[in-house]
Amino acid sequence: MQKYSIFNLVKNAFSNHENWDLAWKDPAPKEEYDVVIIGGGGHGLATAYYLAKEHNITKVAIIEKGWIGGGNVGRNTTIIRSNYMHDENALFSEFGMNLWRNMSQDLNYNVMFSPRGIINLAHSDAQMNAYARRGNSMRLNGIDAVLLNREQVKEIIPMADFSENVRFPIFGGLMQPSAGTARHDAVAWGYARQADSMGVDIIQNCEVTGFDVTAGKINGIRTSRGNIKTKKVGLCVAGSTNILAEKLNMTLPIETHLLQACVSEPVKPVLDRVVTFGAGHFYISQSDKGEMVMGGDLDGYNSYAQRGNLPTLQHVLKEGIAMMPFLSKLKMLRTWGGIMDMSMDGSPIIDKTHIDGLYLNCGWCYGGFKATPASGWTFAHTIAQDRVHDLNAGFSLNRFSTGHLIDEKGLGTKTWIS
Amino acid sequence: MLHIKCPHCGMRSQNEFSYGGDASVKRPELNKEITDEEWDNFVYNRKSLRGKHLELWQHLSGCRQWIKVERDTATHEIFNTYKAEEEIS
Repeated sequence: MQKYSIFNLVKNAFSNHENWDLAWKDPAPKEEYDVVIIGGGGHGLATAYYLAKEHNITKVAIIEKGWIGGGNVGRNTTIIRSNYMHDENALFSEFGMNLWRNMSQDLNYNVMFSPRGIINLAHSDAQMNAYARRGNSMRLNGIDAVLLNREQVKEIIPMADFSENVRFPIFGGLMQPSAGTARHDAVAWGYARQADSMGVDIIQNCEVTGFDVTAGKINGIRTSRGNIKTKKVGLCVAGSTNILAEKLNMTLPIETHLLQACVSEPVKPVLDRVVTFGAGHFYISQSDKGEMVMGGDLDGYNSYAQRGNLPTLQHVLKEGIAMMPFLSKLKMLRTWGGIMDMSMDGSPIIDKTHIDGLYLNCGWCYGGFKATPASGWTFAHTIAQDRVHDLNAGFSLNRFSTGHLIDEKGLGTKTWIS
Repeated sequence: MLHIKCPHCGMRSQNEFSYGGDASVKRPELNKEITDEEWDNFVYNRKSLRGKHLELWQHLSGCRQWIKVERDTATHEIFNTYKAEEEIS
């Protein structure tokens, strides 16, 4: 594989950049693989990469119905953070933060990781207390957390509404300075390029149509481009999890919902942090191109539409304007929607299943992008060793039966519907 | 914007309704021995169908009645709406 470097950039300039290698090949599916990963998104590509890198398993295929990186890794709001209270989420995400910090070097691909910090705003005394508690939990797990008062928040984001006569005055906020953003497409492409170079077959335009399961063991998959034999299959298909689960006669604690995001026209640099509104569900950051990148609530009803509905967008942007009134002057450039695998407690599932050789990675709700490296790393471990790692032991499928829910927001089941 | 025909009030905008999830889920019968699996299926597990989906909505800013809506989860087409207690063939 050609290394991306300043030297190679200069060298290729002499041939008008016409002789660069392809970043990854386009192979036809082989008859058999050691591991088949279904879903060529961030998590699937990362899983294949870590299978090859950490476990020396390179006879791996990634089966993708469309094109790689065309799902949620290509349409999120690029936020990376580990500001969780519960140990399972906190330790897993912080492990991921370390992978993020080295990702550009590790993948030889600039993912433009920008640790600009995230601020969760608080709008009441009770919320300040809750954030103090969460911040303390984070610090006990070795994650940086700073509780800010109103004046300190004002210094960092003076464009927020600090006037006296507002419905949700800003009392302060909780900041994780090491959180940030990254170039989402580069993450998918970087993992794909490295996985390909280590021998992983990336098979696009190939839809999984069924599974061969005999005596509780997986023997292969059926696809639109022929049957593939394998003893191990990993599902990384986010919003399409239930569709594949149905083919396996499994019913999962997952519902597929639509989440929208949008960007404004590009403006001069105004916001150098990620900020979330504490009295509703709204988050904002500014991209390198100057667009304000915004998102918030789900559309609120089961959906595979991959296209949003205006009432939710209007509701979300009202919250944005309540928090930062200048947003009302901006024109909207683009809006889009993707389908999320919403788990019943708001936390993910990375686990084995009752079918031998079938592994499940789903339930990422609002937070799939930031989890990409840690999810791939732990899922690769789970598949290679046929047992969960300590980091994903809590993300079990049977926690819903045993009562060990990871209810980060303390809202009970179906956190996203209440 | 969805337009939902409330069986009590007629055609109304989506903004008047709140969503209540899969209507095909049945609560296990009272006073009957049930397995953990049956309880999980009621509380947590969902088919989350792509296509025709029977679901509960409440006409929150209207008559406040719970209703059933048969909607396509991929196209958002609404085929039919029913009163909560109505038997669906």
